[in-house]
Amino acid sequence: MGKLTSGLYNRLVITIPYAWLLLFFLAPFFIVFRISLSTTAIAMPPYVPVFSLADGWAGLWSKIGELSFDNYAYLTEDALYINAYISSVVIAGISTFLTLLIAYPIAYGMAQAPRTIRPTLVMLVILPFWTSFLIRVYSWIAILKPEGLLNQLLLSLHIIDSPLIILNTNTAVYIGIVYSYLPFMVLPLYSALEKMDGTLIEAAQDLGCTPIRAFWRVTFPLSIPGVVAGCMLVFIPAVGEFVIPDLLGGSQTLMIGKTLWNEFNANRDWPVSSAVATILLMILVIPIVFFQNAQAKAEERGK
Amino acid sequence: MLKWTRFNIVSVTLGFAFLYLPIVLLVIFSFNESKLVTVWGGFSTKWYVSLLSNQGLLDAAWVTIRVGLLSATLATILGTMAALTLVRYTRFRGRMLFSGMIYAPLVMPDVITGLSLLLLFVAIGFDRGFWTITLAHTTLTMCFVAVVVQSRLLSFDQSIEEAAQDLGAPPVRTFFEITLPIIAPAVISGWILAFTLSLDDLVIASFTSGPGATTLPMRIYSQVRLGVTPEINAVCTILIGIVAVGVICASIVTKRREIQRQRDERAAAAGA
Repeated sequence: MGKLTSGLYNRLVITIPYAWLLLFFLAPFFIVFRISLSTTAIAMPPYVPVFSLADGWAGLWSKIGELSFDNYAYLTEDALYINAYISSVVIAGISTFLTLLIAYPIAYGMAQAPRTIRPTLVMLVILPFWTSFLIRVYSWIAILKPEGLLNQLLLSLHIIDSPLIILNTNTAVYIGIVYSYLPFMVLPLYSALEKMDGTLIEAAQDLGCTPIRAFWRVTFPLSIPGVVAGCMLVFIPAVGEFVIPDLLGGSQTLMIGKTLWNEFNANRDWPVSSAVATILLMILVIPIVFFQNAQAKAEERGK
Repeated sequence: MLKWTRFNIVSVTLGFAFLYLPIVLLVIFSFNESKLVTVWGGFSTKWYVSLLSNQGLLDAAWVTIRVGLLSATLATILGTMAALTLVRYTRFRGRMLFSGMIYAPLVMPDVITGLSLLLLFVAIGFDRGFWTITLAHTTLTMCFVAVVVQSRLLSFDQSIEEAAQDLGAPPVRTFFEITLPIIAPAVISGWILAFTLSLDDLVIASFTSGPGATTLPMRIYSQVRLGVTPEINAVCTILIGIVAVGVICASIVTKRREIQRQRDERAAAAGA
């Protein structure tokens, strides 16, 4: 009896979340892929279904011959899409690097702080993450505008003579990404640096290493797991970012998240937006798998 | 001995200034008399008063709160089960796929998640609106809950559970009487995280919502596109206030529990 209920309990605990994720996370990707192979139509939903379960297996095989890769061909013909993919990866890459440069000294400083105030510092890094992403991006508009707070400050200090144009440029997008994703970089770096054994640095210095050399030879290599985790947490979502390029970027800022949004909401072209999403997913699969392996390893270490 | 040097203090201070200054400025300018968000025209709370008569905004806030409460609760239940699965059942068929489906949504760009869920709802003929946003948010946030609860479960002494089961407690009872009280702080912070993520989300909600359901971020976004106004600053300030109070309460509760636990342990040790 006890065995029976416990078997049932185990099975339910595994099955319910598993089934939920299969239905609402994995299955949708197959639907996206299916629609990316169909043709646009003026209807609701605005596409001609390629195949449906109603056709059965026989119908399926006959339809496979009719699959249309036109949407993918269209994406490769139009330079807009290729440029958007490339520029998304470049913008996300540069922003990730800048985030790392800014986050490292913060995480390092936190890890060296007196033990008693460390939890408070961690809390202070997490807190902005809890406030709305949209609000945090929005708050930069008033700062970066030509008549905004940054220009007012710089003009009144006579550092510049005419307002800097930052809003609606790629610079504003970099600032937005660095700002929004900074906690995601600081936290993994901090947890890697905090665990580090301080005596290693002392040993290196006793053996005649300069502090800078000791940092590059000892501290940095030991923090690599944190660097990798942080970079993945910033880079992957940044490639598909929509809110930041839309609110802070200009008309010349090409990012694939924005392209997909426009394709879907303005042009109502579902098959093409599905194809855009499919390719974006293919670009991100490698970093995502990389990230998952890192997570699984961290999970193993936690045990 | 590692030192809290001047360099470290400066870098941490500058980092926090960078993190907080934009939010602080936004809050200050929500009390601006002037209609311009960048020129200070004196203190005023008129934008807060005008919010109360903005019916569209109030309706959107109500939708957002209902979606948040429901999806956070569902996500907490599912996410806790997922965390138990990840930690306790290390070997079953398809475990790799399962952990992949937990970690991938954490980094998946919102546009992909939103589009794919929308196409699923259309394919199965589900009417878009309140329920589709709720289901979408549940799916996304359960993964965050799973990660938070998982980290607590990993540092948990399983022998207590085994003892309960050896004494004849059925697994469901063991979970509610032993496991849940111990992991409760993580479950609660998972719920709060899920709720705030749902409160925040613009992209997934925009894709999965229908004509009747507009959430607060969707409303804010459509107004922001028309320009920056002190009224938006006021809405944002209220949201920031709610989240800040929630997070601070949660951390005080956790801290109290921690202190209580340490005291109990010390008392137990002294007694023995």
